[in-house]
Amino acid sequence: MATDGFFDSNLPQRSEIQRPLHFPHISRGSFFAADSRFTQQELPACKPILTPGWVITTFIFIGIIFIPIGLVSLFASERVVEIVDRYDRDCVPANYSKNLLAYIQSSETNKTCTRSIIVPKHMKNPVYVYYQLDNFYQNHRRYVKSRSDKQLRSKASETDTESCNPEGITPSNSHIVPCGLIAWSLFNDTYGFSVKNKVLDVSKKNIAWKSDQDHKFGSDVYPKNFQSGGLIGGAKLNASIPLSEQEDLIVWMRTAALPTFRKLYGKIDVDLEANEKITVEIQNNYNTYSFGGKKKLVLSTTSWIGGKNDFLGIAYLTLGGLCLFLAVSFILVYVIKPRKTSGTSKCLPDCSLLTEVVVAVLRLCNAQHRLCSCPSLL
Amino acid sequence: MNDTVRKKLRFSKIYAFSCGRASFKDDHSQIGGPGFSRVVFCNEPECFEAKVRNYGGNYVRTTKYTLATFFPKSLFEQFRRVANIYFLVTGCLSFTPLAPYTAVSAVLPLIVVIGVTMVKEAVEDWRRKKQDIEVNNRKVKRHSGDGIFNYTEWKNLRVGDIVKVEKDDFFPADLLLLSSSYDDAICYVETMNLDGETNLKVKQALEVTLGLHEDSSFQNFKALIKCEDPNANLYFFVGSMEFEEQQWALTPQQLLLRDSKLRNTDYIYGAVVFTGQETKVIQNSTDPRSKRSKIEKKMDKIIYFLFCFLFSIAFVGSICYGIATREDLENGKMKRWYLRPDDTTAFYNPKRAAIAAILHFLTALMLYGYLIPISLYVSIEVVKVMQSIFINQDLHMYHKEADKPAHARTSNLNEELGQVHTILSDKTGTLTCNSMEFIKCSVAGTAYGHGVTEVERAMARRKGSPLVDKVDDNQDHVEDPADTRPIIKGFNFQDERIMNGNWVNEPHSDVIQKFLRLLAICHTAIPDVDEVTGKISYEAESPDEAAFVIAAREFGFGFFRRTQTSISLHELDLMSCKKVERLYKLLNILEFNSSRKRMSVIVRNEEGQLLILCKGADSVMFERLAKNGREFEEHTREHINEYADAGLRTLVLAYRELDEEEYKEFNEEFTEAKNSVSADRDAMVDEATEKIEKDFILLAATAVEDKLQNGVPECIDKLAQAGIKIWVLTGDKMETAINIGFASSLLRQGMKQIILNLEAPGSKELEKAGDKSAITKASKASILHQISEGKAQLTASTGISEAFALIIDGKSLTYALEDDVKNMFLELAMGCASVICCRSSPKQKALVTRLVKTTTGKTTLAIGDGANDVGMLQEADIGVGMSGFEGMQAVMSSDIAIAQFRFLERLLLVHGHWCYRRISSMICYFFYKNITFGLTLFLFEAYASFSGQPAYNDWYMSFYNVFFTSLPVIALGVFDQDVSARFCLKFPLLYQEGIQNVLFSWLRILGWMFNGVCSAILIFFFCTSALEHQAFRKGGGVVGLEILGTTMYTCVIWVVNCQMALSVTYFTLIQHLFIWGGIILWYLFLLAYGAMTPTISTTAYKVFIEACAPAPSYWLVTLFVVISTLIPYFSYSAIQMRFFPMYHGMIQWIRLEGQCDDPEYCHIVRQRSLRSTTVGFTARVAAKSSRTKEKFDNKT
Repeated sequence: MATDGFFDSNLPQRSEIQRPLHFPHISRGSFFAADSRFTQQELPACKPILTPGWVITTFIFIGIIFIPIGLVSLFASERVVEIVDRYDRDCVPANYSKNLLAYIQSSETNKTCTRSIIVPKHMKNPVYVYYQLDNFYQNHRRYVKSRSDKQLRSKASETDTESCNPEGITPSNSHIVPCGLIAWSLFNDTYGFSVKNKVLDVSKKNIAWKSDQDHKFGSDVYPKNFQSGGLIGGAKLNASIPLSEQEDLIVWMRTAALPTFRKLYGKIDVDLEANEKITVEIQNNYNTYSFGGKKKLVLSTTSWIGGKNDFLGIAYLTLGGLCLFLAVSFILVYVIKPRKTSGTSKCLPDCSLLTEVVVAVLRLCNAQHRLCSCPSLL
Repeated sequence: MNDTVRKKLRFSKIYAFSCGRASFKDDHSQIGGPGFSRVVFCNEPECFEAKVRNYGGNYVRTTKYTLATFFPKSLFEQFRRVANIYFLVTGCLSFTPLAPYTAVSAVLPLIVVIGVTMVKEAVEDWRRKKQDIEVNNRKVKRHSGDGIFNYTEWKNLRVGDIVKVEKDDFFPADLLLLSSSYDDAICYVETMNLDGETNLKVKQALEVTLGLHEDSSFQNFKALIKCEDPNANLYFFVGSMEFEEQQWALTPQQLLLRDSKLRNTDYIYGAVVFTGQETKVIQNSTDPRSKRSKIEKKMDKIIYFLFCFLFSIAFVGSICYGIATREDLENGKMKRWYLRPDDTTAFYNPKRAAIAAILHFLTALMLYGYLIPISLYVSIEVVKVMQSIFINQDLHMYHKEADKPAHARTSNLNEELGQVHTILSDKTGTLTCNSMEFIKCSVAGTAYGHGVTEVERAMARRKGSPLVDKVDDNQDHVEDPADTRPIIKGFNFQDERIMNGNWVNEPHSDVIQKFLRLLAICHTAIPDVDEVTGKISYEAESPDEAAFVIAAREFGFGFFRRTQTSISLHELDLMSCKKVERLYKLLNILEFNSSRKRMSVIVRNEEGQLLILCKGADSVMFERLAKNGREFEEHTREHINEYADAGLRTLVLAYRELDEEEYKEFNEEFTEAKNSVSADRDAMVDEATEKIEKDFILLAATAVEDKLQNGVPECIDKLAQAGIKIWVLTGDKMETAINIGFASSLLRQGMKQIILNLEAPGSKELEKAGDKSAITKASKASILHQISEGKAQLTASTGISEAFALIIDGKSLTYALEDDVKNMFLELAMGCASVICCRSSPKQKALVTRLVKTTTGKTTLAIGDGANDVGMLQEADIGVGMSGFEGMQAVMSSDIAIAQFRFLERLLLVHGHWCYRRISSMICYFFYKNITFGLTLFLFEAYASFSGQPAYNDWYMSFYNVFFTSLPVIALGVFDQDVSARFCLKFPLLYQEGIQNVLFSWLRILGWMFNGVCSAILIFFFCTSALEHQAFRKGGGVVGLEILGTTMYTCVIWVVNCQMALSVTYFTLIQHLFIWGGIILWYLFLLAYGAMTPTISTTAYKVFIEACAPAPSYWLVTLFVVISTLIPYFSYSAIQMRFFPMYHGMIQWIRLEGQCDDPEYCHIVRQRSLRSTTVGFTARVAAKSSRTKEKFDNKT
């Protein structure tokens, strides 16, 4: 259509022109009825920008908060006394040192092993006894899934062993309780402690999660056909004690997150004096030799932060220090390269400052054409 | 409406170009055959035969879905996206033992995401449904027997019904015209909704039915119509009508199409032929081409990139897994005996480790699927809909006078608005108001009219003339439109010499009289006399025609009655100086069309003189003047050039007396041509008219102002400052276009104009010689030469202050757009600050748009108001339609409709910028948060011998995207603003961020991904180191899988949400609510989920209450990990903000330091945005000052 000339075929605007079909019906009333601050996107808002003040304050604040936390955590961790004794090698008799597997798998060999540990510092009760396994993938998917929560919880679901294969049923087709690889591979080294020929009691009460005992492991569920198959994995269970009381099992069933893990073995409820010599009689039954895992016995006290781990304390200290350092360097940079904030004077001083920034940006972006800088520069 | 006048009109006789008669030609022989099988029983839709045929009802459905098809269809739509297919496949796989998590937890997010999208679809469809209901329930009068017409809903119409449609109503279905309020049964139809043409079309019924004038005449009306089957061809219709036992041929001439509108006709009767979905317009409707934004296309690439990443880590994981699994059994000895590798399923079988690895690959694909943000698409859609609502609701883009808000017809392109590189604008109706005002005329070589046009004002300013400055100093653009609007719409003429009858005292009063008479007679307008006030208003086909009739009326030649053969005027008699009524017998109307560029009427006045009155474009009129008619030619030409300079539309008026003989001859030939049915009918008619339209005597020239819209220069100035190139594509003359260019600041003094045209003397000679191929060759060579010359100029200009403007006319454009020239042309055009294409056809507009779009690869925005812009709007990346005066065609094919050109400023600089920023930040953040999360899963795998055990509880994982992290990112997408609207407009350069795409460059995207990778690594290693194997609390308990998972997950939630808090620059209550709410929600979820029975909560049972919450180390780890993970980004952005701020950063500084009110300071910052090639008046001032400075420097 031609737009030239006077005959442009435009119809005169008509007041009664019909509202076209596709146009949303917005009457004037409803249009203004809407909350205009919202629709105009002018809601009251805080518009923070990272000013030097804010940045420095934040860094100093973090530094000030973190360094004490770091110190306290480090102190707490330092207060913890921890004894770690690796025994998987030393507990194998010398004649088996070339054939660890044969030693551990044979039922003939003497598995008893006596170790003595010196308490380096006073250990206040309760002293927690852990066993630590290395290179043991309790977080393997097959392993994690190989259990039956229903069966553990109630007697009625005893036959619910589908998820437990191959440790679900015995060769004679009777259901195993507790079924699955986790339970089957239950850790079965045992420790006996004595100080000066006096036996130290290791309490196995309250080492498991309370909720596990109450809700996940039934008090009417008793071990059945456990470790009766052809292949014996780990510990056997006393068939007369309900699962909810089998705290060793409950602890073991809480699968560890990482291949190196500790599990609570028990608690010693007496203080151990410094330089005391503890004799540990270990029944070295558990097979970690086939996958090259280490076994360690750990005695540890706890503080509010838990066991001995300096990482958190050091991390906090480092980060706090880093923040303070950053704060200082930011201050220095801001002082060395101050950016004048007053623009009241004539163009040039301020402009040159901004220009510097602009030029820097330009160089960075290699986009000279993007902005034209101040006349002063040209 | 005075029916009495109307009824007697028989326009068919006098119209030149329409109303052809049909005869039974080849087409009609097909009736009854295949494809032409429709039979319509008029006025008896109930009869048996009609029932047998059972044509569909008139219900029209535009919805995408029906109740039945909604689910399958919308689901299918959903799964056309690769990511969704992936999630569907993993969802299905999750029911197999391969799945690392439970099936429900995998499927639920998918269901939520798909569900939300489907709800959105349903809501949108429901809106369409409501529209449908509105349309289908419109009322129309239908014959209900016994000659009584009752109102009924559109949807109830059946084929064969007789309906009566009244003036300005839409036709409810495809109708066969039977009769109208005019005696000869013609009617005027506006087909804007069909083809976008705004001129009225004339339709005429068969002669046999034109007598059916009354409602009662349909009492016993019976007819049988046989015609073609429904098809989509709007210009083709074949059928026959059996009426009173005779066959009559039907043509498109009798067919009234649905959605067109009855105009200038009081009523028509018609028979329904096609209904509902069978109507031609519905058959014709195709789904609009959906446009996708560049960002979205790039996002797809990122998704593919992530898929590659996902596949590669899954592959690496599978290989490691395969190796580990194979080693489990060595020579029959079990290594990891606790896994029982001797007795296992295929998934873990060491003997067939390869298969296990392949199966594991599938598992891994599922597990690492969290790298792909499942909710990305749906979130973006939600955000875009909200953004569109903001655009629609913006009060600053609401045009009060027209009651038209902005309307984003598609929400797909919001962010594209922030990246517009070139705007291609129509002129008429877009830059200008398209309301015509009669402002000047030159009669008998004397120029009349003192009115000062906008353009003249601009020009005067340009020349520094004091004359205008005192009229109004610099405020002419912002003045209230109400003030300048003439009291009489369309008339803004001031000159006492000829106003109020004073013209009789002018030297050439006889010429003036003839001129005024011509104005009053030579047109196709229809008067509408208000019976109460006696005021006459006119219905004309175009606003400029209306302006003429109004002008004639104001000069005292009031046209007040049109009958079929006459035109009556009140006019001032020169002798008696009294108002007399004069009647002119109307003999022929030779209509306007774009090739003729003129229209004529042949009348016989009361004295019996035969006159042909003609008006037309100067280019065709001057060559038709008689030798003795050129008395005023020189002066008139001069004046026309002046008027064109002033940006006015000019027209030349001339007349001639005919002698009877000549007319008779003409009339015979003309009638014959008109009634001929051969294909070259139009050519014959043209030939006939050509013969009579010659030897005119020049009377006058008129000038009508097409006013610039309010705020156009300011808007262009802002857009130019933003670095957007503006091209004007207009059909107007070069002079007019250049003047509008000056008025709107696209051109300025000192700008070098490169003009490409083909009006070099050489080409004219060739044209005379008539050798077409030689002309083509020469023209092309000439254009090539001109282009290369222009380029030479461009490269020669070393000074930065030199700016170029390219002006090209339509003819040259034809050659410039040829394949071998177009790249050169584009290079030249891109080097110029402004480009104006004049005399361009709609197709050329579209071609130019395509050229810019495809060759530069940059985003183009086309803005236009008329049907001639449709091609351009559809071709451009974004089409903006003006929902103004010229009908809806442009709006219908646009993506966004605004009411005024000036709203473009806010649409682009504010909404466009915000949307671009929001969407790009949102997408970056989305990938960041999912990489952070997904990678922790992968890292954990490395510590679980890649067995596919997830670190987290199933439900933690599935709620990650859906609940804990989704709302803040939506809030970011909807509400975030780097700087407020005021600053966006104050510092338009900010828009460059979008054009250069700095916020969504690969560097930035990869930067965010890198941030995600770092975060994941920090979170994982800090968590595992801090919670190693020792007791994590006083009770001596150690960290199991569930505690580590919960802690790590807590850290991820905190980090991701705090990262959001760091990157948001606009904190409203909503942001606070969503960000901190997301974190709180996580704890609440943990509490609630942990409290459920262990059957449901599995590993999460009481994990928070019993283990995490009481342990200080849990909180300490969270605090440490969150802070340490965020510090790198924090430092980075602090440094960037301070020392390398992006442009928005600079503006934030300005705002912060309160210098926004210091004009000088702002000026300095804004100064930076001025580039040498910028157009607009700010640049003009700058250019001027720099010139004076140069001069000053030269002197010293």
